[in-house]
Amino acid sequence: MTLSDTATESAAESPADDAPPPDPNAVSVTLNGTTIIARKGELVIAAAERHGEYIPRFCYHDRMNPVGMCRMCLVEVDSGRGPQITVSCMVTVAPDMKIDTESATVKRMQEGVLELLLANHPLDCPVCDKGGECPLQDQTLAYGPGESRFVEEKRHYEKPVPISDLVFLDRERCILCDRCTRFADEVAGDAMIQFTSRGNNTQIATFPNEPFSSYFSGNTVQICPVGALTAQPYRFKARPWDLEQTESTCTTCAVGCRTVVQSSRNELLRYQGVDSDPVNWGWLCDRGRFNFEAINSDSRLAEPLVRTADGLVPTSWNAALSAAATLITDALAAGGAERIGVLGGARGTNEDAFAWARLAHDVIGSPNVYAQLGDGLPAGVLGLNRATIDDVASATTIVLLAPDLKEELPVLYLRVRDAVQNKRSKVIEFTPKPGGLTGQAWRSFGYEPGTQVGTVQQALADPVIAAQLAKGTVAIVAGRANLAETTAATVQALQALLAALPDAKVLPAFRRGNVVGALQLGMRPRPGGLDSRSTLMAAADGKIECLILVGCDPLADFPDTDLARRALAGARRIVAVDTFLTESSKHAHVVLAAAAYGEKSGTTTNLEGRVTTVSQQVTPHGTSRPDWMIATALSKLLGSDLGFTSVGEVTSAAARTVATYAGITTEALAQSPDGIVAEVPAGIDPINAVSSAVGRNSYDFRLVASRKLYDQAVGTAMSPSLAHLAVAATAHVHPLDIERAGVHVGSDVKLSSPKGSIIIRVEADETVVRGTVWVPFNQAGANVGELIDCTAVVTDLRIENL
Amino acid sequence: MSRLTDANIKLAKEIIGRYPRARSAIIPLLHLAQEQHGHITNAAIAHIGELVGATSAEVLGTCTFYEMFKMEPVGKYLVNICGTMSCALLGSDELMHRAEHTLGIKAGSTTADGLFTLEHAECQAACTEAPCLQVNYRHRYRVTPDQLDALIVDLRAGNLDGEIPPHGTVARVRQHIPAGRAVGAVAPEDATDPPVWLSTGPSINAKTPK
Amino acid sequence: MSESLTGTIMPHAPGFIAGDRPRIVTSRFEYEDSYTLERYLATDGYSGLRACLTRAAADVHNEVKTATVLGRGGAGFPAGVKWGLTPQGKFPRYLVVNGDESEPGTYKDRLLMERDPHQLIEGCLIACYAAGLSQCFLYIRGEMALAQERVATALNDAYAAGYVGTNILGSNFSVDIVLHWGAGAYVVGEETALIESLEGNRGMPRLKPPFFPAAIGLYGQPTIVNNVETLANLPWLLVNGAAAYTAIGTESSPGTRMVAVSGHVRRPGVYEIVNGTTTFRDLVYGNEFCGGIRNGNELKAFVPGGGSAPWFLPDQLDLPFEGKLVGAAGSMLGSGAIMVMDDTTDIPAAALTLTRFYAHESCGKCTPCREGGTWLERILSRIVAGNGTDADLDQLLEVGESICPGSFPHAASERLGLTAVPFPYKMTTICFVGPSAFAPIHSALTLFRDEFIAKIVKRTLIPVTAAPIAAASAAGGGQ
Repeated sequence: MTLSDTATESAAESPADDAPPPDPNAVSVTLNGTTIIARKGELVIAAAERHGEYIPRFCYHDRMNPVGMCRMCLVEVDSGRGPQITVSCMVTVAPDMKIDTESATVKRMQEGVLELLLANHPLDCPVCDKGGECPLQDQTLAYGPGESRFVEEKRHYEKPVPISDLVFLDRERCILCDRCTRFADEVAGDAMIQFTSRGNNTQIATFPNEPFSSYFSGNTVQICPVGALTAQPYRFKARPWDLEQTESTCTTCAVGCRTVVQSSRNELLRYQGVDSDPVNWGWLCDRGRFNFEAINSDSRLAEPLVRTADGLVPTSWNAALSAAATLITDALAAGGAERIGVLGGARGTNEDAFAWARLAHDVIGSPNVYAQLGDGLPAGVLGLNRATIDDVASATTIVLLAPDLKEELPVLYLRVRDAVQNKRSKVIEFTPKPGGLTGQAWRSFGYEPGTQVGTVQQALADPVIAAQLAKGTVAIVAGRANLAETTAATVQALQALLAALPDAKVLPAFRRGNVVGALQLGMRPRPGGLDSRSTLMAAADGKIECLILVGCDPLADFPDTDLARRALAGARRIVAVDTFLTESSKHAHVVLAAAAYGEKSGTTTNLEGRVTTVSQQVTPHGTSRPDWMIATALSKLLGSDLGFTSVGEVTSAAARTVATYAGITTEALAQSPDGIVAEVPAGIDPINAVSSAVGRNSYDFRLVASRKLYDQAVGTAMSPSLAHLAVAATAHVHPLDIERAGVHVGSDVKLSSPKGSIIIRVEADETVVRGTVWVPFNQAGANVGELIDCTAVVTDLRIENL
Repeated sequence: MSRLTDANIKLAKEIIGRYPRARSAIIPLLHLAQEQHGHITNAAIAHIGELVGATSAEVLGTCTFYEMFKMEPVGKYLVNICGTMSCALLGSDELMHRAEHTLGIKAGSTTADGLFTLEHAECQAACTEAPCLQVNYRHRYRVTPDQLDALIVDLRAGNLDGEIPPHGTVARVRQHIPAGRAVGAVAPEDATDPPVWLSTGPSINAKTPK
Repeated sequence: MSESLTGTIMPHAPGFIAGDRPRIVTSRFEYEDSYTLERYLATDGYSGLRACLTRAAADVHNEVKTATVLGRGGAGFPAGVKWGLTPQGKFPRYLVVNGDESEPGTYKDRLLMERDPHQLIEGCLIACYAAGLSQCFLYIRGEMALAQERVATALNDAYAAGYVGTNILGSNFSVDIVLHWGAGAYVVGEETALIESLEGNRGMPRLKPPFFPAAIGLYGQPTIVNNVETLANLPWLLVNGAAAYTAIGTESSPGTRMVAVSGHVRRPGVYEIVNGTTTFRDLVYGNEFCGGIRNGNELKAFVPGGGSAPWFLPDQLDLPFEGKLVGAAGSMLGSGAIMVMDDTTDIPAAALTLTRFYAHESCGKCTPCREGGTWLERILSRIVAGNGTDADLDQLLEVGESICPGSFPHAASERLGLTAVPFPYKMTTICFVGPSAFAPIHSALTLFRDEFIAKIVKRTLIPVTAAPIAAASAAGGGQ
């Protein structure tokens, strides 16, 4: 609903004497002779567009500061001194302003600007990826002069030049609108592309040997109004008019960015960001944007596998499902439902999770179900006073007790960064490893593992900080910042914050795409059930008769690799549902080939609890099936049919039976493209913390392990454009500590914990907190998981020369 | 090798300290780098970025906007012959032809001995003294072609070393704000009170002796 | 050349010619050491500051307002009014001194900085005091080595002597003046580009509104940008008062102005003239000024207000140097620069020197200027080189129309039967650099179209320029 519509209607329909009091934000202006009601502070270009008058533009983008550079949106504005020529993208409406967007002068100016923009443009549209969806083409057709009178030699540049691993730049096509450079600077904070030179020679450039290696580079391609920026994964793959598309939600992480998924000939080719006001504002991270390559991968599981004397071999679905059902039945017979564990479900849709929760709890009867993998916080965090992303990005103070958002929840990082840049919020950060938002923070406390609670308590006692926290709203972003420190430490720190700030809202910084949906829809232990750590420990002790992995790879993702390994060895039977044959699913007795993102429909729940749609755009790879369908088929074989025949039935069943999803139906979602926020579940398992205080011992260092955006996750590793962006595992040590340890930068050292040791290269890193060693998790080269003991409070380390 | 020297880092920090925001020092620091090295190197750009908290690309963007910053080596003497209207009306073309002939190079290039770079320049704010030129930004007025030849001879012989420093150095005098007299630069968000003198009336007694 | 020229040429201030006229800003130019603190103090220096500090800031501000000190940078906006445009209660506020003089034909701020830097410093201090500005940035054009040295020395001396810095002259007035210098970009003379440059950025102008410096300027704070000459007026004003100031010149244009007259005149020079009354004829033909056209030639045309200004013909010689009148006659006063062309001038070639300048100096931000300026230059270059086509003349105007829609100002001409189109023009760009690339072409083509046609039809090449004065005189004058 727009303000103006309301106002216009009320003016037309109700008599003056019972008209509502005038809206203080309404500004009456004349647009091409018609009175419209704009909003106070609204730009002319935006007000006109809301009232059906599209003013052509190239540089203007409503999520960035206007620069008035391309001059395409020139209009005539009369503020009482006669018509003045002005760009509509930088002038705000004022009372009684008269705006003319179609005068002869305006039309002449539009033709003029387009003729000048095309003067040096190569007009290589037939071989340009943008052709067919190009604002320059489209606006030339609508507003252009029809012919070019430019007979001089055009500008020539080498074309195209890579400006990063993912993006190519064609400077001949570039119209110098400042969109990509503004995005890099204002939105992403990665000002690594810039205008260089001047005047007619102005061009976009990177600094030599410093490419535009931004996690958000793909957005520049999407917002480029010409074909100057193209993305490696899509170059020359399709013509826009051959693309079919559907709106969906990215489930790479839990932010839940809205997307358009595009395909041609049943192959995923491109994702574009959709501007969802409460969530992603149109932006995507490069991992989410480009990991469709993994879905198209030849390494995908095309059919189910079953273990024979020759190892895992392809089989029919009937055979595979009965084999799986037999494994489960045998397990039930051998040890009862308590001896069956189900891990995963965070990678699929709400429907997948719901069906699997029903299968596990109601059909199999196991209480041991968990969607997290020992790398998050207790599910009880979901039961706290939940913040939305907007709550966070508009809070007076944002407290970060979370992993590096830039690495784990990239678009949430953009939203928090925007809140700081536009001076809405101040950030207080507690982190064992300074990261993406440290430079944006008003106060940043780098703490050593084991001192988290103390650091928070000390900060709360600081009167300056207390005064800031008392100023207005507070939102806490809470997550697992260090996989080598117990969750209890963060839980305690969170409790200390909430004790001091009872009105604060909490946004769980949980990482996996649908982890919140899975937890809320039942993929969590029933009373007396085991969480993932306990399940793996039981498996390692030989007490799990059947381990079911639903899109879950403990060997890669569980922080304690040794435990994961022993668990997979100790579990009597393993059933895996997966899109790829991962290191973990290789241990399975039956592997059920799962349909991937883009191959199935349903809904997903982001970290706010916002439920949005996920859409199918291509048919599933091979004979793979959605998880919910696999669960339903298994339920039938296990003698208690869940009865779902379509994904819509699952959605309805969840809306019917899960209280917090009541009303979240397919129909309701169709009316709400931005999604519906599921109510906060009441009575979800409370968060319990045990003491996490720990003193110093004979070890010299403490380990901090956390994730980078690009790691060995299949979505990245199986996407050729992204795989090489993952950094190899190295041990980051403060330069002064390197000296203290007597080792050398660039050399391999032995890193030992009470649990194990690895050989790893040492890197000097001034951002690392003194006394700690930071190692990225799940990277090639050295597995930091070998050092982590998931039962220990912290992970102590020694560094030794080889 | 072409990062700023320790002495220049010290100077750079002094310059940065005068501004409420460090990035304001980018142009002065680029001049400092050019003074040190004769032209601007990528290493200097990266170093300046570090000093002021900007990316190398941002410093590069600023650097390449301004004509005085040379990304390639230039001669010891940069000879800029003005060709804008007043000078053009009074013979700058002839002057340029003579310069090209005498130096044996085209405008925009450098002599093989690395001594001279010749450039066609735009208005140098000496229009009444046309045609004019600058050598390393030192003016020469109402220059005839023969005077130009003589100037080149003098420069080559080193006769003007005292007056014209090698390319890179513009002003030979730097501002130094004595610590005891400096008000100091404060970030705007930390200086939001009105200046004291605005509210206190006359600041000194009219009868204060000189 | 029989009539003798009057006035004093000062060898140490090349270009400056003093005469029997009031001198507000050039009063010390006769001293060879005019730039030293000693000379400044010996000639009443810093007494304007002293006078200022005995009064309330608001009083000083009023004095400047009453005197109507017009900005000398080009737009001619009164400084006192400008200072009052800062939003109430928003601090800190800054002073940025525009010493980036680069307008073709303009040559005065450099003289003021080289010859009397303390006068400028004192002017800055007065402005800061009156308008509550807490830091001053003195931005000098990069190519002005001597001005930078003189101002740096003066600032170092003034700091040491207690005129700048904390507790100036023992008062509670404290302000730093920071010397800043550019690196070669004409467009930085535009005040918003100057601010961008001072922030360490590419000097690309910002759109006004919203970026009126007085409201959103340096670091987003209220900022006063004043021209060097404007500020140099303040010490005299504070010593002598607004009444004495307005007694010189006219009511709408009080005081004096620095004007540079260059080109084909007998004695090119920089003159401090009485504002508003001196006519162009006085300046070009008066013996106390330029003394007529060189070699007894005829005046063909002149640029009355710097390279950006539409051209005037002999028809306009009797106009006084006054903003409104010149505007009504189809041009502008700009920054006080007159460039004179005699009848030997190749008009298209002369126009090209200016169009090339503005095309070269385009910052590249606005499409019409970035693309249009170069396009104009390339067409005109072809015409001047004898490779023009019939279509080119209309195309020049068409490209110009894309930069400046509607009728473009030009002078009246009896010869052509033209009436004047008054200033200003409309423009599709943020700043005036784009229109300035078109202005000389429009003037030349409107007033001397036959010369363009001659180049196209006959392919004749008229020599681009005449010889320098000295050579021409020796040869007995003429071509």
